[in-house]
Amino acid sequence: MDAFLFQALNGFASASGLFFVGAGLSLIFGVSRIVNSAHGSLYMLGLYFAWTISQYMGGALGFWGGIVLAAMAVAGLGALIEVSLLRRIYHVPQLFQLLATFGLMLVINDVALGLWGAEDLLGPRAPGLSGFVTIFGRRLPQYDLFLIVVGPLVLVALHLLLARSRFGRLIRAATQDREMLGALGVNQALLFTAVFALGSFLAGLGGALQLAREPASLSLDLAVISEAFVVVVIGGMGSITGAFVAAVLIAQIKALCIAIGVVSIGELTINFSQLTLVAEFVVMAAVLVVRPYGLFGRPQGAVRSAGDAADMPLRPAGRPLLVAATALALALLSLPLLEARFPYALIVGTDVLIAVVFATSLHFIMGPGGMHSFGHAAYFGLGAYGAALAVKWLALPLGAALLCAPLAALAGALLFGWFAVRLSGIYLAMLTLAFAQIVWSIAFQWEEVTGGSNGLLGIWPPSPFDNRAAYYLLTLAVAVVAVIVLRRLLFAPFGYALRAGRDSPLRAGAIGIDVRRMQWLGFALSGLVCGLAGGLFVFAKGSISPEAIGVGRSIDGIVMVLLGGIQSLIGPIVGAGVYSLLQDMVMRQTDYWRALLGGVILLIVLLFPGGIAGALARWTQTPAGASR
Amino acid sequence: MHRPILAVSALNAWYGGARILYDLDFHIGHGEVVALMGRNGAGKSTTMEAVMGMVSRRSGSVVFRDRDVSKLAPFQIARLGLGFVPGDRRIFTELTVLENLDAGRQPVRRVADGPALREWTPERLFRLFPNLGAMPDRRGDLMSGGEQQMLTVARTLMGNPLALLLDEPSEGLAPVIVEQMADTILELKGQGLSILLSEQNLHFAELVSDRVYVLEKGQIRWTGSIAELAADRDVQRTYLTL
Repeated sequence: MDAFLFQALNGFASASGLFFVGAGLSLIFGVSRIVNSAHGSLYMLGLYFAWTISQYMGGALGFWGGIVLAAMAVAGLGALIEVSLLRRIYHVPQLFQLLATFGLMLVINDVALGLWGAEDLLGPRAPGLSGFVTIFGRRLPQYDLFLIVVGPLVLVALHLLLARSRFGRLIRAATQDREMLGALGVNQALLFTAVFALGSFLAGLGGALQLAREPASLSLDLAVISEAFVVVVIGGMGSITGAFVAAVLIAQIKALCIAIGVVSIGELTINFSQLTLVAEFVVMAAVLVVRPYGLFGRPQGAVRSAGDAADMPLRPAGRPLLVAATALALALLSLPLLEARFPYALIVGTDVLIAVVFATSLHFIMGPGGMHSFGHAAYFGLGAYGAALAVKWLALPLGAALLCAPLAALAGALLFGWFAVRLSGIYLAMLTLAFAQIVWSIAFQWEEVTGGSNGLLGIWPPSPFDNRAAYYLLTLAVAVVAVIVLRRLLFAPFGYALRAGRDSPLRAGAIGIDVRRMQWLGFALSGLVCGLAGGLFVFAKGSISPEAIGVGRSIDGIVMVLLGGIQSLIGPIVGAGVYSLLQDMVMRQTDYWRALLGGVILLIVLLFPGGIAGALARWTQTPAGASR
Repeated sequence: MHRPILAVSALNAWYGGARILYDLDFHIGHGEVVALMGRNGAGKSTTMEAVMGMVSRRSGSVVFRDRDVSKLAPFQIARLGLGFVPGDRRIFTELTVLENLDAGRQPVRRVADGPALREWTPERLFRLFPNLGAMPDRRGDLMSGGEQQMLTVARTLMGNPLALLLDEPSEGLAPVIVEQMADTILELKGQGLSILLSEQNLHFAELVSDRVYVLEKGQIRWTGSIAELAADRDVQRTYLTL
């Protein structure tokens, strides 16, 4: 029993940092409707700043002063980010905003790598609080007690700020109707900057306070933002109290898992302390099903702005496109002839084709489906592991193993999709991200089956596909079929229903379309095709590991879709081609590929919100006169 | 004597690709109450939003207090002393009455040549709207439609405007509240405010306004004094009655 109570205290201590990030994220979202994916990076920077200041100044002043200074520095940086970047993207669709801040996260990570190096940096003990107290028969660091107290104190302070100050009233008013607030004479731009600085301050403080608790590490940004997403989704976007309750809930569930430890039920041995990652996402999924807007959230009012571009209708391929597609297919078919001169061409070609299948399946639900999945890596991973395990454990031949891939992904997509189609917008994006993290952590932590972080190795295609050219042609055949089938589906009644559900769920429902069922079906189909890409990937690389199915894979897919243009059916093909060529040829050459990728993402969002295909279409069509 | 406090010329506005307003020309003199009349969808609300800079695209010139405000952001226009009362109320429902008023608070503007305006305070507004005074701490979402309408007007007055854009102040209100609203408008006029109000109801417009512009399909079709409009059955039948 004491062990449980002790772990509960531990949980409260780690909840405070999580609460700060979640509260900052929530405040910013409430006012600006931007989900700042770089909020984990601000947390990470807070910790690095505090570490540096404490190293230079030393002593109690260096430690405690360093924490405050670091948080203030992060606040300043946040204001700078708002003014220089976010102001330019308030009018673009939410998906682009999420992606742009993701790009920012990548850039910040590489900047931190350049400034502080790849090694973890351990901070000093807290001067004055370096001892322990004995409680429940164990030694608890005094600093943890301090953190337990700081969380609720900040909660109260934030509440007072929001309830009692004019700044707080304006924040609450802007959360509801920022345009009206502007018409009343309030300078929104200034308010947004101030709120972003405040939210950044909280994140920086949350990070800096970990100085005596955990080392500064470059992996913190992604770990923290995933958890912060869980926190704000469980608590409800925009609710500070919700962020606090959710942070405590998550931390307690993790503490409970650790306290339970290894449990044996008959033959089965479950190590609960390895299930912490899965546990929090399971809680989130459960909460979202019961309360789709979180424990303390409420449905968002529509943002009043005419910024979102209307979706263009899709048109069946005309003769020029058919000719171009046939020519492209023939050119791809003849690629093996070049193998003698460019031995690398077939490897790149296979990579590109797999990327095309992956991106086309993602586009299927993002574009026509209107469901912005931020976790498509899940179905890629299920497919990849499904095929790999079929070979490793069941010794199935290539064909059967390749069939297992889409089936495994389909099963996952049916399960996750059932939850996902109950949500929309930003909540859907975060839920899909959470599901992908579950798949990832299962692959990572279930070592006996998945090989853990090493993954499964030595899975090469058997004869006659054991040479590059043959496997390339197999991949080409699968890719062409997959693209044509998905395209055909979109021009079938199912595709019309899917798009109707995206454009107006209410009206689609009123004419007898079961929108959720259509979306579920679309989600499942997309997962199925995506699993195929994962299966092809395993045999192309000969292995699969958790690294290949992480968040990065999901982001890759989104970048491909947006790069190509979400409103165009050839968009994902163009995007996948350009992006994977870029990846193969440029990004592999540098240690700072994250910054490069982040930079590319920011450029796309700022310059080509319509993607490459969209820009081409606008260029070739006669501009529609606004003054008819 | 004075140039008008608000002068609009060749005003056009679009929603997305759809053009809503066509070359509107109108003005409001100091201390005048002008009615913008027309049926649903004629473009009355859009006219006001275009003046405030709240539409995505517009062209033309808007001169307020001798300054061209057509390139300014809504908050800057509001700070010059042009208050906007939206027709769909848009009060902050999660804030109390007093908090709503505070959100609208702006300092008193100095006017070199105009009459000295007294600063609006919650106490002064509660005398104008006794209903609101009875519920200073009530949350916006717990108020009746009429109370919300009064709060919208009061909230804009907290910005100490010199002119008001009042979008359909009588819409959806009980008759007794409509009369109160008319009294309020006349009282505000008496205190020196210039007012542009949009209205479908001729009776209400007759109670409060001096002049009228009649709008149809985004164009001004008729203008004259309220007495002329009241006497002109043809104009009424063509542009106003259903």
